[in-house]
Amino acid sequence: MLERLGLMPTQASTVSGDVDALYLSLVGLSLVFSLGIAAALAYFAIAYRRRSEAHEAEQIHGSLALELVWSIIPFTIAMGIFIWGASLFVTLKRPPDNALEIFAVGKQWMWKLQHLEGRREINALHIPVGRPVKVTLTSEDVIHSFFVPAFRVKQDAVPGRYSTVWFEATKTGSFHLFCAEYCGTEHSGMIGTVTVMEPDDYQDWLSAEMAGGMAGTAQGDDPLSVAAAGGELFRGLGCHTCHRQTAGALGPSLTELFGSQVSLRGGRTVLADEAYLRESIVDPRAKLVDGYQPVMPTFQGQVSEEGLMQLVAYIKSLAAEQDS
Amino acid sequence: MTAHAPTADAHAHAEHHDLGFVRTYLFSTDHKMIGRQFLFMSLFMMIIGGGLALMIRWQLAWPETQIPLTRWIPEPMMYDGFMPPEFYNAAVTMHATIMVFFVVMPLLVGCFGNFLIPLMIGAGDMAFPLLNMLSFWVSVPAGIMMVGSFWVEGGAAAAGWTGYAPLSTVPEYTGVGMGQNLWALSLIVLGASSLMGAVNYITTIINMRAPGMTWFRMPLVVWSLFITAILLLLALPVLTAGLGLMLFDRMAGTSFFLPAGGGEPLLWQHIFWFFGHPEVYIMILPAMGIASEIMPVFARKPIFGYHAMVFSIISIAFLSWIVWGHHMFQSGMNFTLGTSFMITTMVIAVPSAIKTFNWLGTLWGGNIHFKVPMLWALGFISTFVVGGLSGIYMANTPIDIFIHDTYFIVAHIHYVLFGGSIFAMFGAVTFWFPKMFGRMMNPTMGQIHFWGTFIFYNIGFFPMHIIGVGGHMRRIYNPTQYEFLEPMQWWNVFITRGVLIMGAFQLVFAINLFYSLYFGKKADRNPWQSNTLEWECPSPPGHGNFETPVTVHRGPYEYSSPEVEEDFLPQTRDLSGATGGSH
Repeated sequence: MLERLGLMPTQASTVSGDVDALYLSLVGLSLVFSLGIAAALAYFAIAYRRRSEAHEAEQIHGSLALELVWSIIPFTIAMGIFIWGASLFVTLKRPPDNALEIFAVGKQWMWKLQHLEGRREINALHIPVGRPVKVTLTSEDVIHSFFVPAFRVKQDAVPGRYSTVWFEATKTGSFHLFCAEYCGTEHSGMIGTVTVMEPDDYQDWLSAEMAGGMAGTAQGDDPLSVAAAGGELFRGLGCHTCHRQTAGALGPSLTELFGSQVSLRGGRTVLADEAYLRESIVDPRAKLVDGYQPVMPTFQGQVSEEGLMQLVAYIKSLAAEQDS
Repeated sequence: MTAHAPTADAHAHAEHHDLGFVRTYLFSTDHKMIGRQFLFMSLFMMIIGGGLALMIRWQLAWPETQIPLTRWIPEPMMYDGFMPPEFYNAAVTMHATIMVFFVVMPLLVGCFGNFLIPLMIGAGDMAFPLLNMLSFWVSVPAGIMMVGSFWVEGGAAAAGWTGYAPLSTVPEYTGVGMGQNLWALSLIVLGASSLMGAVNYITTIINMRAPGMTWFRMPLVVWSLFITAILLLLALPVLTAGLGLMLFDRMAGTSFFLPAGGGEPLLWQHIFWFFGHPEVYIMILPAMGIASEIMPVFARKPIFGYHAMVFSIISIAFLSWIVWGHHMFQSGMNFTLGTSFMITTMVIAVPSAIKTFNWLGTLWGGNIHFKVPMLWALGFISTFVVGGLSGIYMANTPIDIFIHDTYFIVAHIHYVLFGGSIFAMFGAVTFWFPKMFGRMMNPTMGQIHFWGTFIFYNIGFFPMHIIGVGGHMRRIYNPTQYEFLEPMQWWNVFITRGVLIMGAFQLVFAINLFYSLYFGKKADRNPWQSNTLEWECPSPPGHGNFETPVTVHRGPYEYSSPEVEEDFLPQTRDLSGATGGSH
């Protein structure tokens, strides 16, 4: 309805309807309260306006009963909204396990996106309809924010960190992709498009060679998958010389690392997720694995954010191979 | 628990100190003169902040066209009246910074805090008059640094008023060099000014209340300024620390906020909002106090639920420390932390609702006079209700994620800070003008100014909610770059027209202010027939405020009391044994 009134962008993801329903009930609630208060204000202003010099106001100092009523009712409503909002927040925060993975890096003033299979895009994202998509975000410079109004999602891309956002498109077509966080002089022009395609078309698109005129696909003619590119980088940087499976290797083996609990020096354990892997590459001494010496140099500045994402994808793929 | 300090030196007014021009008008230690100085400084800064706002609005409605009356602004700021993105970003940053730190805070806290506190608690001056003078004079160089930064190489700060790192900490990211440093330095200096004020207010209120002025006989505006001063004292050092780290990052090569050097960009956001959310209440609590002061006077009725009002001020202040995370829901916050901030933010709506209903209760059964200050107080409540309700949308994470960084947020902050704080400030100026300057403001011009501002304010700002929900982002230089905003561009034109007309109505206020300063009707002591102590003094009060020491016998809102003939009963009137009026 709102869409037709031109008040809200198209609903094009599985959560859009839920977000809009919550939004609309807040609008309803606001209308009840603001119109109620406005009506009371107007009524009092007219009914109790000054009529004559002799008229005296009533002596009302307060009322405990009324104070309780107008404390408890707003409190109850607030808690009700909280429970509704929190349950929707759970959905927004937890990407489904079968989500398609996309890596995105923001920089002044563009979005650089990478599909697992290796296809790269700038300010454009192609995704299949009806399949959850999880975007892992970071930034090369300042904070950007990944915003697709039609999907009702927004997530900051913070330098030095990974954040994720997920959505499942419900209709095909093109939708706007923006940077919502002010990011410098040309922030206003950091505009992209999300193209939602039928799954078959998406497969064709993924395997298509160098789609003509598509900005940002000017990588090699035969793009490597992200994990394979990470593997090349892994060997190129010489990571494999220490991270071997043999006894006495200087670094821990990475084959079953992703998703496992790692015991750190000092007795703590940490979940080996994307953020942990990234941190261990750029700041190896932050979380030392128990039983190893702090001998790894930092790769801060030697690997681009996209390269880091490729390395992470490679290490993830090692664990996936073990599972299968 | 009566306070013990003497209210005023009984001889103070008798001895006529001729201090000369400099000690009277420039380096005055008199809290009333310092209050007036803050008033005029803030109104001057409001012209700059407002001018920037009108330029921003023009650019949004008619992007990259020549903005009238701006051809005098030299390159590389403006190009013959055309605004480049660099200056747009600086204008957005500086408009917000100036309005928050150099207009709303000095007006509500600096001007009215100074002017009202000693008068309303029956003291002769502040506890530390010299510190008070210093507080004003330290804010002057801060203002000069802030405004002057437009003219340094690279222009003024352009990282947004929130100064998010690393945009604000690496000069290359915005192209702004010295301007951003001056921005940080200016706010550090201004923070020192506010701290001096805060210490002074707290000490004065605790120690210098007149005999009989117990805590629960204090006017609500004094309560709100007291709590505000405590918030200032605790919140500003946090901002100062953050700004210090920002300067180190910019000038000394550290990397507190730079991930490449092991820093954390989100640290800035935590620091900034840990300061920033109490700051929001620093700017709204005094406004609430002003409304609570004006409404009983013009409804001729006691305030409804005095104690509930006091306790809601205190609980808002307490809760304001634990809600800052709602500014960061989409920065990558984990679920548990996100929901915790969500629940605290929801809860803070409750004391605000209590205050609103108590104001309505105050009108109920009253004998309401629609004088200009009362119009502003009622206008304040209407807009504050909208601003308060739109806050609930932001507390609700799934909605906040969608509306964050859109015009919905811009609408919300303007409903709270313009419709809230600035409306209350207009109410306060029109209400206390007779006490400050000894003359009445012109009521006709006051009515024109109120209705023009109120109507065109809503025309200008309400549609921002609509375009925000439509997906219109804030801080964008040119909305016509966005294909999907095209159907909404007429709203931008509509909003800009509303804001321009509202801006024009401010001229009526300026004319009224200066006209009334010189030609206004002479005011007697108590033109509004109000109960509080400041109306016992001459208008304007002389040095030392009270001619004779005052003793307080009752609370501040005894209007239409059956005990006396008149419909007001001043706090100082002693009814024991005396018959009729005692003056």
